Amino acid sequence: MKPGEFYQRDRRWHPAAYDKDYKTSVTRSPQYALISLQNSMSEITGPVFGHNDIDPIDNDLILNYAKPGESPIGERIIVHGRVLDENARPVPNTLVEIWQANAGGRYRHKKDTYLAPIDPNFGGCGRTLTDENGYYFFRTVKPGAYPWRNWVNDWRPAHIHVSVFGSGFAQRLITQMYFEGDPLIETCPIVNTIKDKAAIGQLIAPLDRNATIPLDTIAYKFDIVLRGRRSTLFENRLEGN
Amino acid sequence: MQKLDYLKETPSQTAGPYVHIGLAPGAAGFDIYSQELGWDIAGPNAKGERIRVEGIVIDGTGSPVKDVMLEAWQANADGIYAHGEHAGEVEEGFRGWGRVITDFNTGEWGFDTIKPGPVPARGLMTGVRPAEEEEMQDAYGRGHAGLRAMAPHINLWIVARGINIGLNTRVYFSDEEEANAHDPVLNIIEWERRRQTLITKRSERDGQVVYRFDIKLQGEDETVFFDI
Repeated sequence: MKPGEFYQRDRRWHPAAYDKDYKTSVTRSPQYALISLQNSMSEITGPVFGHNDIDPIDNDLILNYAKPGESPIGERIIVHGRVLDENARPVPNTLVEIWQANAGGRYRHKKDTYLAPIDPNFGGCGRTLTDENGYYFFRTVKPGAYPWRNWVNDWRPAHIHVSVFGSGFAQRLITQMYFEGDPLIETCPIVNTIKDKAAIGQLIAPLDRNATIPLDTIAYKFDIVLRGRRSTLFENRLEGN
Repeated sequence: MQKLDYLKETPSQTAGPYVHIGLAPGAAGFDIYSQELGWDIAGPNAKGERIRVEGIVIDGTGSPVKDVMLEAWQANADGIYAHGEHAGEVEEGFRGWGRVITDFNTGEWGFDTIKPGPVPARGLMTGVRPAEEEEMQDAYGRGHAGLRAMAPHINLWIVARGINIGLNTRVYFSDEEEANAHDPVLNIIEWERRRQTLITKRSERDGQVVYRFDIKLQGEDETVFFDI
């Protein structure tokens, strides 16, 4: 089979580069239009990762930085879901990476000086490969909201950053996952760089009681959709056409 | 009317200022993974010319952006990508993918790799054979089905605080003048002057080949970004 192209990205569904309410975007957004490229081998292919690249504990943020016998403070959660493409086909064996603040909204980063304390047993990053059905899961603690310098009194909703590769470099995506019912979602200038309410809804993970472990860990479900691929039926023109 | 039953792509969000925690935790200030990914693009066995690509990302005020993450994706010296859908073998250990972050103080970034070879252009990829040996490309992207190869290039993807959706661009090489002149992607950029923003200058430093690639996000001499 000849490799097919990815569906065109719907850039009205995604946030625009420039959004005055998210102030940092004002000087970091290109002014010229993007140049549209039909996919070549450079866009259709992308890096391949395997189980040699990561360790089995990497998807467990409750264990991967904790001292032996200790664990981070916070609401113990499972974040799980599937990586699919726009044709609803699973994306298997793809790398999913996450990072987040601790339960108090503090990041383990030398540039974060927020007064909420570091948790000695929490690093804040994880990674995993989807299985053959596109399924992934992480175990972590629910991150706290935190303040940031945008408007004077802006607070980010609780969120987990998510990075996904897919099978081609054109599918590369970084996004943020939010939690069902968080009242900060509605007012956040970063969330609202997305103009379509349905698109924002796609970033909000519902509570998933079916995946909760009784008396242990609560669960949220977050499915990720990457660009779909064309069928190659009409691409394979005959010689001389 | 029936509804199309495609799913919608998950919308992008900024990587934020703390992207390093997830994708380069050593730079954030802590050790957690047994190995971080993306520090070695080509591996020790790759043939071809060893090069360094480096630069700085500049915002609309002319200031360096100091919290950027860049990812590179490139073919080997024979123009083959390390991916099952591209026929051909690459050297053991050649991944073709790299990840770097800018220095927190200076904004400088750089990666060591090998210079990629020319990659088949669209026409060949989709099974179309060139009708003539050399077919020129017009400024509107038409007629490139007959072209045989793209000039050597490295694909770059750039994220940072304030960038809502990752920016795609390409690094071309100043010493590939002939190939660049026939490259189907450079040739769809209608404004010849803007093509220059993608062509890196070759120099040598302590015997090492260095290509300088400064990226201007906004304003005068803004780098060309692609919707791929």
